[in-house]
Amino acid sequence: MNQKHDPSKTSHYVSNEFYQKLIADFSDWQRKELEIGDTELRDSCRRFLEREARYLQDLRFDDWLQLYAGECIYWVPATAYAGDPRREVAVAFDDRRRLEDRVYRLQMSYAWSQRPASRTVRMVGNIEVFATISDDIVMVRSNLLIHEFWADETRLWGGWCGYRLRRDDDAWKILVKQVNLIDCDQNLRNPSILL
Amino acid sequence: MKKPEHITQFRSVYGALYDYNELVQDDRVHRLLYTDPAIFQEEMTKIFGGVWVYLAHESQIPDNNDYVTTRLGLRPIIVTRDSNGKFRALFNRCTHRGTTVCRLGKGSAKTFQCPYHGWTFLNTGKLSGVPWPDGYACDFSDSKFNLAQVPHVESYRGFIFGSLNKNALPLVDYLGPITKPIDEWLDRHPGGKLILSEANRMKYKGNWKLAYDNSADGYHVIFSHRSLLAMENRMEVDKKKGMSFYKNSPDQAPMYVKYMGHGHHFKDKRPNVDNYPGALWDIEAHHPGKEHYEEKLRAKFGDKAGYALDLAASEPVNINVFPNLLILGNHIQVLQPLSVDETNSTWYGTAVVDEAGDFDGALEDINALRMRTQEAFPNFGEVDDMTNFEQIQVGLGAVEDEWIYMHRGMDIPGRIQFNSDGTITAPATDEVFMREYMKEYKRLMTSDPQLVVVRDI
Repeated sequence: MNQKHDPSKTSHYVSNEFYQKLIADFSDWQRKELEIGDTELRDSCRRFLEREARYLQDLRFDDWLQLYAGECIYWVPATAYAGDPRREVAVAFDDRRRLEDRVYRLQMSYAWSQRPASRTVRMVGNIEVFATISDDIVMVRSNLLIHEFWADETRLWGGWCGYRLRRDDDAWKILVKQVNLIDCDQNLRNPSILL
Repeated sequence: MKKPEHITQFRSVYGALYDYNELVQDDRVHRLLYTDPAIFQEEMTKIFGGVWVYLAHESQIPDNNDYVTTRLGLRPIIVTRDSNGKFRALFNRCTHRGTTVCRLGKGSAKTFQCPYHGWTFLNTGKLSGVPWPDGYACDFSDSKFNLAQVPHVESYRGFIFGSLNKNALPLVDYLGPITKPIDEWLDRHPGGKLILSEANRMKYKGNWKLAYDNSADGYHVIFSHRSLLAMENRMEVDKKKGMSFYKNSPDQAPMYVKYMGHGHHFKDKRPNVDNYPGALWDIEAHHPGKEHYEEKLRAKFGDKAGYALDLAASEPVNINVFPNLLILGNHIQVLQPLSVDETNSTWYGTAVVDEAGDFDGALEDINALRMRTQEAFPNFGEVDDMTNFEQIQVGLGAVEDEWIYMHRGMDIPGRIQFNSDGTITAPATDEVFMREYMKEYKRLMTSDPQLVVVRDI
């Protein structure tokens, strides 16, 4: 983490080098030889993802933000191949500050798209953990189903997530969460909840 | 005896259903315009058939044989740059039994083969073959077996439009005065050119006109976008980010709304922004990579960095081309009606290109910023508008409460300027643009356009 700048206040870390590394980190990472079978590690990742889902389900946004590293990315691509975010807009591509913007908006009473707020139930499953070249960093693939109640109706969001997690002391921190919606390239109704 | 090719005439089905002089009045319109499925069906013919409709951008089909699929009204359409480089809008409907012949959103294909019985068409629309033709007595060179296609397809500076109206005006005449803000919007970029860069695709459960009514509406900004403005300024001392210039007295501000004829309208907020290179950037909110790329571009361009940074900033205009093309900020927003109360609203991002090589690679940096600025409004502004559109649709379910008012600015002496070129100028929050486009709407809905397809290649 850059010592000079507070990523909640300025965005110095989102650079070409950062984008290139992001694209590389999220390319060809689900390889058989990188699968981690260790049950303790997998269980630790599973519990972390379940906690994240619970915070979002309970609208505990401040606690949820604490799960993210300072220099983090929350990325919902608009295409199935994700692409290069420098050349394509995404459903969402948030750095730390924008993630805090998003939470700030969701917590105020004038965000009409979330007044009243959606109620969600979130299922996280099919968790697989993959090694990286860094001992303290793993990639995690999970499936996500969100059952949302909003505007007198219930509906489903479905997709899979790619997480890049770093072990800081004894806790995981999310470096990157990539949410790949099955309908990411289709027209989405009120895409304003955190996925 | 030759059988007639066309046996339905739309006017005989719906023409006398309503008196549009009752539904569209000087100061208000009737809720049925937004709720009645029969009126919606009539719009799909008289509006989306009768005028030029935006179909696609040239940069989506850059090479011969490229195509995208879309709709013209509800008609499924394949927009191709055919093997000879000509733009065509083919009906995505097999002439045999009606199956769509193309199921993908985009691609490249010299031919389209129907998945049902294997009829195959060139990307010009011409039937090139049917399986086991000896089972037919007919002559398949008859053009009636070619795919139907939109008779008028024209492009204006990259924007491809189509019209089914046999008597369509030339596109440039249909656009009329709105071409000037389109030109200015393009010409602020190197080479006067842009390419599409994916999209924020959204939909709402409401009538398509709710978005068109909103597109030049300066009255809603402070209220509907209260959360966006608060968010963009949450760390600011002087609170001037984004559309903060709407605060206090927007009608006394130099920005204005202008009715441009043929249902088009234009909201020009540029006069509210200081006129120096970098002024747009200075009111831009905080986007991912902002400080890094700004420092990099300032180091590279020195006191000329303002121009480069402004290319990553949102242009403060709304250029609304009736009925479905809304150019705003750096977006190309396209409205796609699905039913009387369901609409797709697709916000295509745009990227800057540097064919002349003037930017020495810095365009990559500008676009990296520009993608992030473009994601902000769909994520934090449009979702609130669309929620309000949906709640209008709910409110309009009250049948006894019939009228929707759009009379803001009416009958106030000196407020509205009628210009010699036929355009009409008013203060930013005025609803004159709604009243004027509704007059054009009424004219179209009481017209009798002759809609045709062609099959001769």
